[in-house]
Amino acid sequence: MEAFLDFADRYNYVITIFLMIAGLYIVVARSNMVKKLVGLSIFQTSVYLLYLEPAKIVGGTAPIIDPAFTVYSNPLPHVLILTAIVVGVGTLALGLALVVRINEAFGTIDDDEIKPQDGG
Amino acid sequence: MELVSSHLPALQIVIPLLGGLLAALLRRGVPAFALTLAVSWIMPVISAVLLDRVLTGGPISYALGGWPPPWGIEYRVDVLNGFVLMLISTIGAVIVPFARRSVALEVGERREAWFYCMYLMCLTGLLGVTITGDAFNAFVFLEVSSLSTYVLIALGRDRRALVAAFRYLIMGTIGATFYVIGVGFLYLLTGSLNMVDMAARLAAAPPEMARAMVAALAFLTVGISLKLALFPLHSWLPGAYAYAPSWATVFLSATATKVAIYLLVRFLFSIFGIALDFRGLPIVEILLALSIAAMFIASIIAVYQNNLKRMLAYSSLAQIGYMMLGIGIGNLAGLTGGLVHLVNHAMMKAALFLALGSLFYRIGTVRLAEIAGIGRKMPLTMGAFVVAGLGIIGTPGTAGFISKWYLAVGALDRGWWILVFLLVVSSLISVLYIGRVIEMAWFRPVAIQVAEAKDPPLSMLLPLLILAAATVYFGIDTRLTAGIAAQVAEFLLGGLR
Repeated sequence: MEAFLDFADRYNYVITIFLMIAGLYIVVARSNMVKKLVGLSIFQTSVYLLYLEPAKIVGGTAPIIDPAFTVYSNPLPHVLILTAIVVGVGTLALGLALVVRINEAFGTIDDDEIKPQDGG
Repeated sequence: MELVSSHLPALQIVIPLLGGLLAALLRRGVPAFALTLAVSWIMPVISAVLLDRVLTGGPISYALGGWPPPWGIEYRVDVLNGFVLMLISTIGAVIVPFARRSVALEVGERREAWFYCMYLMCLTGLLGVTITGDAFNAFVFLEVSSLSTYVLIALGRDRRALVAAFRYLIMGTIGATFYVIGVGFLYLLTGSLNMVDMAARLAAAPPEMARAMVAALAFLTVGISLKLALFPLHSWLPGAYAYAPSWATVFLSATATKVAIYLLVRFLFSIFGIALDFRGLPIVEILLALSIAAMFIASIIAVYQNNLKRMLAYSSLAQIGYMMLGIGIGNLAGLTGGLVHLVNHAMMKAALFLALGSLFYRIGTVRLAEIAGIGRKMPLTMGAFVVAGLGIIGTPGTAGFISKWYLAVGALDRGWWILVFLLVVSSLISVLYIGRVIEMAWFRPVAIQVAEAKDPPLSMLLPLLILAAATVYFGIDTRLTAGIAAQVAEFLLGGLR
């Protein structure tokens, strides 16, 4: 029972780790390049959650110095993740652009079908 | 002048960054190249001034935007990264004249300016990772350099370059994300992203934090190892080096993996430092085992390659093994050997890839079977190849020997004589793959398809000859390379006490 409560208390981390593993698994297990990128995005997104969850304090506000507020959430992880999101979008865009070019050059976006065409 | 000199650490990054944007706006190949040349030649001047200041006056701290560390982003130059900055910017400056004709031929008139834009962005990223004292900022620069690297590779003529770039993108992003996870753990533990601050807080961390520290270390090591292509995380490298435009391969092989190794050294020695020793993690054993595996397996695969670029790519993997071996040995001589090999390998491998770039420029191929007798037609090019090749083997009198000498001394200091034996045996394997090329190029009758070939124009020949000459010079006079590397090693080990 105690273990269950412990688990329920941190369910958000369990979700994060599930997304992390699921994303990584898709990257490895799928040969379709667009699906690989989807997996990669899920993997990256889970890391955003990993940063944001500890930063949020229930009932906390933005760090405004005012006697009315005493509990603050940490704004720094939010800023970091804003940057990481931009990097993630850039990576995804470049990845998709490459997939388009690969489709034009090979007529397929399946890794398993490209390998035999040029011997890897 | 006062104003410029106090902002040198920022200029090291800002100049190539703005240069990259301008190169894209110029649109035409020749002006973009002129700009690239100017930027690349300013970089080593700045690095040299910074390194000189660090060697005489200790670490430089630069608060970006005037926000004092540890709150703001700090650019911090000490002997370790001053040394790496110098390496990257010098290599960039030496090889850049080669780019003009090679890139015009292989990338095509219309895309030249974009190529130079991406190169300058990549340079920005690599210098940024090296100079920054902020762990998250290092991630951003890592991705700046990686994203531009993917584009540089994809600009190769062969359609397989696209697939190689895509595979590198997947592996590189996984590596970077692992790095971010590791940094995230460290931030949760210490509440700081500043590397110096982090190190101080980790050293004072209570024992119940040990588990999270080990997790952070594991994520960081795996993530950075992906970026530096440590065996067996290297699958992206051979394809990427083989199909990228020749000049991009030269630049990447000489700099990109070196910066990742720097980052690993920074985390292992400067940040985890003292904390690393008594957590009972077998990280040294793992590094030793993997680097020995890389030295042997990658060298043996290299012997069986017919595409010479791919052969040298596998050789790079083996050489990365030597650098990691130095970190694994971890005493003064071993670490000096690993660090000096960063420099020595950078110039030797750049020379070898430049020679292949010249071959491709003249005969349009780098396949072993098609270069019979090329040595007599392109004597200077292939002569430089032989000199740099001897360096890779580790012949006495070349720079490669110096690295291996220090590694061997380091191993003997530890009493690991078997490691010395393995070093020698793995060098003998490199005799095989370098020897195949020398035999084909010099001791075969001249084939018809290379009968018209001659040495490339001076702008391409000169960088090649300079690097080949440096291979010999730094094999004899080691004050600049091993001298500074020994100081760096001492500084790193000092952090462990």
